[in-house]
Amino acid sequence: MKILLALLSGLLFGIGLSLGGMTQPAVVLGFLDVFGQWDPRLLFVMAGAVLTTAIGYRLVLRRERPLLHDSFRLPTAYRLDARLIGGAAVFGIGWGLGGYCPGPVLASLSGGFPSLIVLFASMLGGWWLASHLRQAKA
Amino acid sequence: MHTWLLSLLGGVLIGGAAVLLMATLGRIAGVSGIAGGLLRRDVADRSWRLAFVLGLVVGPVLLWLLHGDSGIGLPQVGLPWMALAGLLVGVGTGIGGGCTSGHGVCGVARLSPRSLLATAVFTLFGIATVYVVRHVLGGL
Repeated sequence: MKILLALLSGLLFGIGLSLGGMTQPAVVLGFLDVFGQWDPRLLFVMAGAVLTTAIGYRLVLRRERPLLHDSFRLPTAYRLDARLIGGAAVFGIGWGLGGYCPGPVLASLSGGFPSLIVLFASMLGGWWLASHLRQAKA
Repeated sequence: MHTWLLSLLGGVLIGGAAVLLMATLGRIAGVSGIAGGLLRRDVADRSWRLAFVLGLVVGPVLLWLLHGDSGIGLPQVGLPWMALAGLLVGVGTGIGGGCTSGHGVCGVARLSPRSLLATAVFTLFGIATVYVVRHVLGGL
């Protein structure tokens, strides 16, 4: 049941990204290009997603626990530290270079573009590297 | 349908996916966290992560089967830049603890100070990068 619902959530997520234009890097780069021909679509996607999530979370998190698990797993970190800011900055540069953040990378894989598959592989390498950096520091 | 209305609808679906995952599994729908977690050796709960990732990959395929358009667009830069972009996205979201979905959607919806800050930072750096690439260097 857990697996089925995770699959359903992923499907909804992927369909939403695609309908919203987020699997088109030209649209994403157009949003980031505020000094050129600005494309506001990403803002509409974010607005729809954040509002829906904010309302839905309010209702859901009132319950004692999720339907299929014993507790909610919410982030507990609270520090506004250098890793958060540095990581976000590095991510932003990569996002601005290719026009891909992790969701659209996965949702675009079925397009079969060789350069996207290379981007996917190097993103996996980046995650692996980051987890080793974390362990080395800890 | 107007493209912005379609984008709003797409956003609502993404939000619905996030609420569904929280309501049932009690998890934040952060793509870098869920997919990145698959690379860790100690993860006992691999199956739901894999199922979520599979759904994400198959979603646009389903859309293509239903109305003939997957919505997947062409990459905009050459292979070496794509390789570099992927590495930066992976390292950055790995160290920063989230991406556009985990920080940008779920964290902002919870008004988490960390996520609000991260979202502001990655958006500003994305804008600055596109500015330099397009308006200083004249494209890649």
